[in-house]
Amino acid sequence: MADGKLVLITGRSTKQGTGISTGKEFPDYQEATTVMSVSQADMIRYGLHDGDTIKLKSHFGETTVKCHSEDLPEGMVFMAFGSVVNKLVGNETYASGMPDTKGIEVELEKI
Amino acid sequence: MQVDNVVCAFCGCVCDDISVTVQDGRITQAKNACVLGKAWFLSHGQPSDRSVALMDGKPASLDEAVDAAARSLTQARYPLVYGLSSTSCEAQRQAVALAELLGGCIDCCTSVCHGPSGMALQGIGEPTCTLGEVKNRADLIIYWGSNPGESHPRHMARYAVTPKGMFIPRGRKDRFVVLVDVRPTVSARAADLFLQVKPGKDFELLWALRALVKGQAIDEAGLADTGLTLAQLTDLAERMKKCRFGVLFLGQGLTQSRGKHLNTSAAFLLVRDLNSVTKFALVPMRGHGNVTGVDNVMGWQTGFPFGVNFSRGYPRFNPGEYTVVDVLSRGEADAVLVIASDPVASLPRWAVKRLSEIPIIALDTHESETTRVAQVAFTTATAGISAEGTVYRMDNVPLHLKSVLPSPYPSDEQVLGRILTRVKELKPC
Repeated sequence: MADGKLVLITGRSTKQGTGISTGKEFPDYQEATTVMSVSQADMIRYGLHDGDTIKLKSHFGETTVKCHSEDLPEGMVFMAFGSVVNKLVGNETYASGMPDTKGIEVELEKI
Repeated sequence: MQVDNVVCAFCGCVCDDISVTVQDGRITQAKNACVLGKAWFLSHGQPSDRSVALMDGKPASLDEAVDAAARSLTQARYPLVYGLSSTSCEAQRQAVALAELLGGCIDCCTSVCHGPSGMALQGIGEPTCTLGEVKNRADLIIYWGSNPGESHPRHMARYAVTPKGMFIPRGRKDRFVVLVDVRPTVSARAADLFLQVKPGKDFELLWALRALVKGQAIDEAGLADTGLTLAQLTDLAERMKKCRFGVLFLGQGLTQSRGKHLNTSAAFLLVRDLNSVTKFALVPMRGHGNVTGVDNVMGWQTGFPFGVNFSRGYPRFNPGEYTVVDVLSRGEADAVLVIASDPVASLPRWAVKRLSEIPIIALDTHESETTRVAQVAFTTATAGISAEGTVYRMDNVPLHLKSVLPSPYPSDEQVLGRILTRVKELKPC
């Protein structure tokens, strides 16, 4: 990964899954889909603490979210599927129909 | 009232052993359901005061809304029918018929989930088995790019890891579980062996495994930056060759990462290769509800599982041309019928931008980001709770959805049938 860049993985989580049924406007789903998991090493590198606000920027767009520390490899961030993280996802599908929703290069900035 | 052996249609596990308690017009308990299934039964089994139809956000009658929906779709030059994951096969058939009559595109959630697995199936063939065979025979389980602990919470306990089977008498003790992923998830804790790989290197690793399974030498330098050593890969290849019945469960880690259908093709080829030395199968970890069902329905009816176009009067299939992200991002679709899905919440921003520019007709069981912006929105009965039908499990086994709770709302099948009838009146064949 290039200097200063992180790799974003999106995916399912339990609260994102239950929130699909209980209602996307409620706190569980909102929290699951608006909080970025960041590795402990990167939290230190960027001077972050749980609950801090960060801006993430990809080639396709940017979004502002909260962060919290998670057991992840250094250089990787994770967020559950949802409309917030989709601002960072491009529309190129390379003739597969599937956009890149995992392995997206992002820049992180502490707000 | 207690109803036993109810089928849960939230995820691809499609558990059929749920005991549902119905009291005072609501579901109060869903015994045996996982956390996702409980949320589904208890949330969808509640009374609702939503209008059966909304037009531009205002309550409307079913007749008015059906007419408006039909007119919108017949006036479009390139209508798109999309979604179809959380609904019955019977409704999916109506949707295919509509798309054909309209001469538009029809795509389902498969294209943003396991479409690449479908493409691998077409190119290579799918050496697969049922989940019953996994439970009864499999002594080696590999999850690759999957986190079943959060996406399919009962998968390990009901089918793949802990249950005792006919030829697996000691259950968990007779199985070896491997999990391959880019991060240590909750599922990794349940595995005997967790292999942490670097993002975007699955193809290289699967291809190297193919070589090792065939007894070919691998240059360790070629594995640099994959996250795994030659020793780790060699060990995995030996375990795969020596097992009696191995199963590879593929997740979105393969379908949604760099490589997409090339990743899944490598996995399918690996499993095919392994059948020269042992018995090995693969099962894609299909996610939402009846997404496997729509693949089957579209397969019967059009010959293709997703991304189909009827503009020339016959079905054509081309991922990247007729798939939802592409059709919307390029600004091609000029009206969309969304069934049992929430694309405004789930698609990339350029596709969502197009959705904001065109008429949306949405059918859903509850309010969503899509229904909120739809010009015509129908509230429908939940298949599996208030509407009967057929659902397909991830291993292509069909199961019957019961209706356990009366609903004031029509089913997706009924609404789509009404729209189809009105479209036929407006657009005679």
